[in-house]
Amino acid sequence: MTTRTSIDKRSIWSRILSQGYLWLLLFVLYTPILLIIVFSFTKSKVLGNWTGFTIGLYENLFTGYDLSDNVRVDPNLYRALIYTVVIAFSAALVSTILGTIAAIGIFNLRQRYRKGVMFLNSVPMINPDIITGISLFLLFVFLGISRGLVTVIIAHVVFCTPYVVLSVMPRLQKMNPNIYEAALDLGATPSQAFRKVLVPELWPSMISGFILSLTLSIDDFGVTFFTKGSNGLETLSTFIYSDARKGGLTPELRPLFSLIFLTILVLLIISNLRTSKQIKK
Amino acid sequence: MKLIQNRKNWVWPYVALLVFFVVLPLILIGIYAFTAQQGGFTLQNFVQFFQRTEAVNTFIYSIAIAALTTIICIVLGYPAAYFMAMQSFRTPAVMAMLFILPMWINFLLRTLATVELFHMFNLPLGEGALLFGMCYDFLPFMIYPIYNTLQKIDVSLLEASQDLGADRWKTFTKVVVPLSLPGVYSGIVMVFMPTVSTFAISELLTQNKITLFGSLIQRSFGEGGIAMWNYGAALSLIMLIIIGLTSFFGSNDNEDINRQA
Repeated sequence: MTTRTSIDKRSIWSRILSQGYLWLLLFVLYTPILLIIVFSFTKSKVLGNWTGFTIGLYENLFTGYDLSDNVRVDPNLYRALIYTVVIAFSAALVSTILGTIAAIGIFNLRQRYRKGVMFLNSVPMINPDIITGISLFLLFVFLGISRGLVTVIIAHVVFCTPYVVLSVMPRLQKMNPNIYEAALDLGATPSQAFRKVLVPELWPSMISGFILSLTLSIDDFGVTFFTKGSNGLETLSTFIYSDARKGGLTPELRPLFSLIFLTILVLLIISNLRTSKQIKK
Repeated sequence: MKLIQNRKNWVWPYVALLVFFVVLPLILIGIYAFTAQQGGFTLQNFVQFFQRTEAVNTFIYSIAIAALTTIICIVLGYPAAYFMAMQSFRTPAVMAMLFILPMWINFLLRTLATVELFHMFNLPLGEGALLFGMCYDFLPFMIYPIYNTLQKIDVSLLEASQDLGADRWKTFTKVVVPLSLPGVYSGIVMVFMPTVSTFAISELLTQNKITLFGSLIQRSFGEGGIAMWNYGAALSLIMLIIIGLTSFFGSNDNEDINRQA
């Protein structure tokens, strides 16, 4: 439904109304986020209480020390940030490799088996966080595995890999299957053919699978909550949760998430500009 | 070497992972649900659930809240997806991006920010806040799949409908809506499932005033200690049945539509 000039005889008013509706919805959607960004420039303990403009919270965030109050910024915040990044990148890396290899395997299966594996593949996607979390929690307890960084990464691999498979599969279906065979016929070893033919062909879908995995991992709360154990391992999600339950969020979370949001925004704008340039070419 | 060269064998590491970390854990939930803490088969965990009116009420209430959230998301999201797909200029991609962007902010933090919004306007944190927060969190999951199916509709179908004498409203109800139903179904699944199973959002949005089924499950594994695990597993199994039914209806309807189209 892109070129509709011929049938779209809507009046200017209905156009204004539909545009207005979209912007209104976006306004509501963005209000809480704007609130976080605006209140990252004031030093009040709670969000919503304006105590004058300052970039103090940003200073605190980067120095780890609140000079005016002479207190340290909760060191758990930084540990949570580091853990979040470590977990997300490890899980995304493992998921991307495992998912790509699996997709190639699935692609070469016979129809009947392919359907079976694809059904299995959809189970972790359909399972709600809490079920995935609890079922893995029971497994780790059952096997006597103490929960910690490794179990969280395993759990994240479990719910990220299906998305990598789904992002690589369409690319495989579009690819000319003879290229790989041709490489083999021309004397490439299977590993050469894999590295020089398959991987370059699948690369874009692997990247998008990787980015999707990163996003899912960073945003996850439910699964991490049940698999992190009680040795003090926290990701940003679980840190925020326990912080909120204790009453009162660490104020430095506001500048941290403002910065994350702006980074993503800039990255998206850049990638958007690049694709629209490519389209113009 | 032969084993690796045959590329269908590449599927095995992943299948092993799925069996070990997805299927086996789900079976464990089933085993825990049907055993007593001391071991031995029992139905007591389920009996316990149905005897506690409070638990059953929470269960029904959670489903009602999730259903209401889903309906509100359709009512708000369908027009948004439709207007986006209808735009004749080149902004729809940017618009779609704008609707997805908030998801990059941690959902707990966004939820807490909506709580502050309610504080600022002196609104009570109760059912209203819960519904607002849930819709706020999951609306993009409704808009996106609908937008995707609407965008793929062949314009010539709409032109044909108008050429054959249907007015705009008729074209919309008889052509656009039926063709977009697969998107609506996946939107329903994507909104209903997380809302029916959430536990953190409701706690934060109502400051523990309202308990949802997810929180009930979480508490059996948290504060109750090992004594409550079997009961919690039974609750999880009930949740799984709901999820299974939802996804079953979703996929079935999808296939029907695809066959028709």
